[in-house]
Amino acid sequence: MKYLSEFRDEEIVRTLLGKIRKCVMKPWNIMEVCGGQTHGLVRHGLLQMLPEQVRMIHGPGCPVCVTPISLIDKAVELALEHNVILCSYGDMLRVPGSTISLQQARAMGGDIRILYSPLEAVSIARQNPEREVVFFAVGFETTAPPNALSVEQAYREKLSNYSILSSHVLVPPAMEAIMSDSETKVDGFLAAGHVCTVTGLSEYVPLVEKWKMPIVVTGFEPVDLLEGIYMVVSQLESGEYRLENQYRRVVKIDGNQRAVHLVNSVFEYRDREWRGIGEIPMSGLFLAQKYSDYDATLKFGPLKERSYEDSGCLSGDVMKGKIKPHECPNFGDGCTPVNPLGAPMVSNEGACAAYYNYVAQDSKE
Amino acid sequence: MSKSVKVKLNCPAPVQEFDSITIGHGGGGKLTQNLLKSGVFSLLNNEWLREQGDAAVIQLNGKIAFSTDTFVVSPLLFPGGTIGDLAVNGTVNDLAVSGARPLYLSLSFILEEGLEMTLFYQILQSIRDACVEAGVEVVTGDTKVVEKGKGDQIFINTTGIGETHPKANMGMNRIKGSDAILLSGPVARHGITIMSKRNGLEFETKLNSDTRPLHRICLELMDKFGSKIHLMRDPTRGGVATVLNEIAEQTGLGINLIEKELPVEDEVAGACEMLGLDPLYVANEGLFVAIVDAEIAEECLDLLQKWEHGSSAAIIGEVTEDHPNKVVLHSSIGGRRVLAQASGELLPRIC
Repeated sequence: MKYLSEFRDEEIVRTLLGKIRKCVMKPWNIMEVCGGQTHGLVRHGLLQMLPEQVRMIHGPGCPVCVTPISLIDKAVELALEHNVILCSYGDMLRVPGSTISLQQARAMGGDIRILYSPLEAVSIARQNPEREVVFFAVGFETTAPPNALSVEQAYREKLSNYSILSSHVLVPPAMEAIMSDSETKVDGFLAAGHVCTVTGLSEYVPLVEKWKMPIVVTGFEPVDLLEGIYMVVSQLESGEYRLENQYRRVVKIDGNQRAVHLVNSVFEYRDREWRGIGEIPMSGLFLAQKYSDYDATLKFGPLKERSYEDSGCLSGDVMKGKIKPHECPNFGDGCTPVNPLGAPMVSNEGACAAYYNYVAQDSKE
Repeated sequence: MSKSVKVKLNCPAPVQEFDSITIGHGGGGKLTQNLLKSGVFSLLNNEWLREQGDAAVIQLNGKIAFSTDTFVVSPLLFPGGTIGDLAVNGTVNDLAVSGARPLYLSLSFILEEGLEMTLFYQILQSIRDACVEAGVEVVTGDTKVVEKGKGDQIFINTTGIGETHPKANMGMNRIKGSDAILLSGPVARHGITIMSKRNGLEFETKLNSDTRPLHRICLELMDKFGSKIHLMRDPTRGGVATVLNEIAEQTGLGINLIEKELPVEDEVAGACEMLGLDPLYVANEGLFVAIVDAEIAEECLDLLQKWEHGSSAAIIGEVTEDHPNKVVLHSSIGGRRVLAQASGELLPRIC
């Protein structure tokens, strides 16, 4: 078992596509919440293989895409004006702020370092006691536990030169917001497998009940995605709605309780602005009172009220599934991965970048 | 089948008055002389360097290939090589894939004040070893020192010249629809090795860089197939995807790439999944792409697979007159997608 090749097996893929084709009668809109799933769909060429009745809508599950512009501006300010060592996951660097991106800030002399783990940032703080070290803690429920762990570790070691710029967001409140939008066309969801690995399934039950729609917790490989889609379509065609778990090899019903407990002890839940979408109630994680010394916005000053954003980017409409990326008037001309107007054109997991790289160039033929 | 020569000479680093490079070592005076004489000249000893003229005078025949490259890699030492190996092999390979036998190199250093002398000698030794293995001579060079903070320990430039094979007749204009695309070995090994050692991204792997000279196998292909080889390229920065996109763009032809045929080692595939990178965009060193006439594709593959580093060589696709200017990847599950140009720095994704 290599956990890769068997989930990219051409025979199994063909069988699943056959099952979907046989089952689907009416047109359905299915949203994959997670950017990793969007990436998987386009990278393997799955979108063009699905029957036309199955319309995939690419949801807001790209952490880079929904991080508010005011936080990017704050990160740039920390690096350039407060001379901190700003540590970040790689794909935040190219996201445009209201004036410049972190990549440009690095070129201007900011000490900006790409890390793979926030614990690495803690060790940089330990090794550089004379410098302030800030970790740009971005992500969904998946990166919340390691980021919480970094704060908890700094607290235990009494490190006073470490803090985080937290931009943590949560998936279920976003799904609720999408369904509450009257223009929403979503009939069913593929929920994000890795998020549920941490949180478990319980938060999704009320969503299924309230909106009477199928949610299938799904993985990221071609076989996972097609199986998840098949499970949603089967429910829709038979008029059923329930929560199912396609990603059973990874996701347990209760998730990872140690991780959940850690996150709940370090963070608290508050309303949070999502870039391109707006404020979503109780959708963000903020450091709890006990750990407030590790909050970069308290240490170095709050975010600006509202950073300027008027790029013509329609990312909100894309992430709510109202338009496809290539239906945006700027797509491919005014907005490209090299010169992005908005975040979804930056990250590999952003729907616009995924379309630009893999799909639309093909469809422009 | 010619085998490359493996020579490792372990000379002790010569005693210097300084533990590290100082501004004075670039001043042109006695310190510079000492550094050159006891280090560079004695390690790379040959008639041209002994002459110490302002220029090396060399005899060449036929058509000459000429190439230059600058090396700024970090970290300087990595599993399977050093910046010195890359500086030699990189330029050697640019000549090799142009169908030339590399002969002479220039070697220029920009050293940052404070570079440890032992590290500098370690890099010099790897340059010497790489030159011996490739059969090239460093005939001229330069050393400059910049103040601390104005560089990143060491930057190296090499320029190389070589004589092109009389049968070589390659170029973008020689590529035609139906040509086969061959790859000499597994992709992304060098880039993933470097990334695994980069500060902040370290992860455990047993991978080594694939840096090595390629001219022997390239010249063997020339000997045997001559003008049926339409183009060769070494897919370094930007990876295989970038080379194929350049070909599609410059020829106005399309390329079909078959994902199933792409040689990717398990460990590289695993690291790429973890970092969210596509191996087709990751840098390679000892690897080349050959665009050849379809009629010799299988024979060419046979020869490549008999090469000591070619066991996983493969025919990875074909040139086509369909979809002009585009590289289309046929995914292993039967889908298809456009393989776009890389947009800049490779950035590992969040989750």
